[in-house]
Amino acid sequence: MRAYLDAIAAGYPTVSPALVYLIGMLAFGALVVFVFILPVAGITSWVERRVWARIQSRIGPNRVGPGGFLQWLADGLKNLLKEDVIPAAVDVPLFRIAPYVVVAGFVAAFVALPFAGSLIIADLNIGILYISAITSLVVIGILMAGWSSNNKWSMLGGIRSATQIICYEIPVGLSIFPVVLLSGTLSMQGIISAQGWAPTSWHMFHSPFLFVSFLLFFVGALAEGNRTPFDLPEADSELVAGFATEYSGMRSLLFFLAEWGNLYVIGVLVSTLFMGGWQVPHFTDNGVVLAVAQFATMFVKAYFWVFVAMWVRATLPRVRVDQFMTLCWKYMVPIGLVNVVGTATMMVVLPQGSIVLRWIMVAMTAAILVQFARRVFFHLRRANYGRLGRISEGAA
Amino acid sequence: MNTAAIQQFLHERFGAAVGPVESARLFDYVEVDPSAVEEVALVLRDHPDLAFDCLNNLSGCDRPTRGRIQITYELFSYVHRHAFVMKVGARRDRPEVRTVERVWPAANWLEREIYDLLGVIFLGHSDLRRLLLPDDWVGYPLRKDYVEAPEYHGISTVRESALKLSERR
Amino acid sequence: MSLELEFADGRDVFATEDMVLNMGPQHPSTHGVLRFIIRADGEVMRSAKADVGYLHRSIEKIAEKVGWHGFMPYTDRVDYVAAMTTNQAWAMAAEVLGGVTVPRRGEYCRVIAAELGRICSHLLAAGAMGMDIGAITPFTHAVRERELINDLLEELCGARLTFNYMRIGGVAWDLPPGFGAKVLRFLDHFEPYVDELDDLLSGNKIYIERLANVAVVSRERAIAYNLVGPNLRASGVKYDIRKHLPYSVYPEFDFEVPIGEGRHGSVGDCWDRYIVRLHEMRQSARILRQAIDGLPEGPVIAKVPRNYKPAAGEVHVHVETPRGDQSWYVVADGTEYPYRVHIRTGSFAAMAMIEELSRGLMIADLVALIASFDIVAPEVDR
Repeated sequence: MRAYLDAIAAGYPTVSPALVYLIGMLAFGALVVFVFILPVAGITSWVERRVWARIQSRIGPNRVGPGGFLQWLADGLKNLLKEDVIPAAVDVPLFRIAPYVVVAGFVAAFVALPFAGSLIIADLNIGILYISAITSLVVIGILMAGWSSNNKWSMLGGIRSATQIICYEIPVGLSIFPVVLLSGTLSMQGIISAQGWAPTSWHMFHSPFLFVSFLLFFVGALAEGNRTPFDLPEADSELVAGFATEYSGMRSLLFFLAEWGNLYVIGVLVSTLFMGGWQVPHFTDNGVVLAVAQFATMFVKAYFWVFVAMWVRATLPRVRVDQFMTLCWKYMVPIGLVNVVGTATMMVVLPQGSIVLRWIMVAMTAAILVQFARRVFFHLRRANYGRLGRISEGAA
Repeated sequence: MNTAAIQQFLHERFGAAVGPVESARLFDYVEVDPSAVEEVALVLRDHPDLAFDCLNNLSGCDRPTRGRIQITYELFSYVHRHAFVMKVGARRDRPEVRTVERVWPAANWLEREIYDLLGVIFLGHSDLRRLLLPDDWVGYPLRKDYVEAPEYHGISTVRESALKLSERR
Repeated sequence: MSLELEFADGRDVFATEDMVLNMGPQHPSTHGVLRFIIRADGEVMRSAKADVGYLHRSIEKIAEKVGWHGFMPYTDRVDYVAAMTTNQAWAMAAEVLGGVTVPRRGEYCRVIAAELGRICSHLLAAGAMGMDIGAITPFTHAVRERELINDLLEELCGARLTFNYMRIGGVAWDLPPGFGAKVLRFLDHFEPYVDELDDLLSGNKIYIERLANVAVVSRERAIAYNLVGPNLRASGVKYDIRKHLPYSVYPEFDFEVPIGEGRHGSVGDCWDRYIVRLHEMRQSARILRQAIDGLPEGPVIAKVPRNYKPAAGEVHVHVETPRGDQSWYVVADGTEYPYRVHIRTGSFAAMAMIEELSRGLMIADLVALIASFDIVAPEVDR
């Protein structure tokens, strides 16, 4: 990124390079937001609704565009045109700002998210630290929304969200440590470069500690993203709509935009930290083709986890606040600490890692997946999904 | 135990407060004096041979011809699986009955309902407020002489008959 | 040196106040129009006072004005989730007072309709239970199955919710041709489905954690508060009106009365109330099969005068609705209008108990509690 801007600045010697940087960065940021983040968040909303519908034996949105694919555009347009109701008793400035803070928190994470080997806005040397710090901005926005709404349900939602994100920051941080230890860097590209394209070289399969770290990270990330089974802040059956209760129109949509976009961030983080990110075999010297392949790899890996998150959401009930805290403090934090110590010990005992251990880990994971698939197909066979239709039509 | 045996047992204990067995054509019942209802209820619940641990239903019925609001206690015993019906006649001009809330907690809401719709005051009740109707409702709708006020907070309660409306058209 | 821990006006610096929350009348999980005034310390409730009456339609007063036959459609509205059993209760009350005997085929039609309605209601209860806990999928699946029953009942009586199927003296229409076969076909599909729902929901770890040992109702409290039906049976009391105070032709059928066993916690917790309903669906399916097998020939309705005037008298009628023993107290005075009708419904008793149970629960548990009691708001208010 910087190299491109340097080249442009060199072409315009009369303009100060700082201005070129500023304009270039803003332009690139806007490009990423409008060309990538918004469509991804929007399409994720459509995918989520369709996936849910399939799981719940419904149809889901299928009217706008092929298979309802353009539903997200229609919804966005509708919400833009809707009246932005601001209730009389709210704290107006906070109430207005809150959605933007939430969106800013999640969009800012994209600054350090890698898309491909050469595609990253800024490969910060504190990349992962920056991301986990900046995504916590979301909690400020949610707390603002909850407090300023002047509604007790909203406030409960906001406070639940704050506790949730702050508490789960710790196990998530602890599960990132082993990865950082292994890679020796905080930079996102550095972490990816420390892995290879083959599953045996992924951090996830380095040792049992790393595998557990991966699970901790995914669960913690779901909790930080307010996803079921940890969607307590907006628990619709308890808190009406939580912190978003009083919002309408585009402001309400912005919260959801952040939620869906966050899913993608979670996916990218999981694949970056544990699954080798954009790594592909070096099959061609053509940089563009390679970049496209890398981008596709990253996208598919990330989207796989987005899909898993949707799946989890359609399957699991919601935990209660105290159970949620128990899970964090009594299980995830101690396990995370053990992981850090364990990984450090491993690195002292086996500085190069063990290829045998890696293969065993991969084989075990494959066995678990096979068993899981067998269970799913067993239940599918057992499931009584023969369509009966309207009984009254087919007189027996 | 059947109604007659229970009546005899209660009559020995409470004397004139417990009336004779009477018939409502399809079941027999015993009339109990309004002031004695709580003591009778306690005995009905606590005596091991009776053990009426459940107040199944508590209904009121306005009887203007007799000058009474009749309250029917339908009791059931899950221990002996027998039932008993006890009635209390509250005077219409001063409908006051002892509460049985402390005997059977289920009576709490049932008594509130009767208070709400029939205006019987249950003495000693812990929370005697209207249950179904708004707190500021005037009158007791299930009394036979109830006349609905023409409006409630500016909302008219008078509706023209649908038949008349169709005639006009 | 002492630390000043008071404000200038003498209040303790660390003193906190309870928060008063208003849950309802419009709230996603109150299943209708219920209102709770919750006094909470953070997420833990000190008390939840129920405020009912938002759906009061004075049905008991209407009964005194519309006559014996005319009241039948109103009984649908007493409990619109399971209108068949309320229909049946009113018909039974009027029949007992007037000394009408229902033909056997009429009784069988009633049982078939009532048991279909019971499955319908329990499906909604079990599905909504999952939804209130946060699992939305079981609800859509349950409602999908419920739709099939609605189709069947629509064919039977033309309505999908407020059936108005029964009449004093029998039922309005005989079963349509082929109806028995269709019900059997539905049952073949439905019985495995109950197992599927069981697989999907009952064993889920989070589901169990949320429900087991929550809002435990002991046997004694359940009886003292007059809980009825599945709520009572979940507390370990084996009492079903169909079995122990039999009416209609229920004595001719072989079925079991499931009770709560406390598999994942104490007897009488929310999970028990849920599983009892699940088992009851299976038993209803059993009854349905027997009823269709043994369906006798003959008329479905007795000769009842249009101007129905039962002799003066009073009656208590108990009917096992999906929400338990519905107790009707009906007074006739020999005219063409009922003198007094009082309905004590299952939800009414359950609602009265919530205030006691809510102490010390979390707000999320209150939602589970309401769902596990299967409270239908119109039934409370009538």
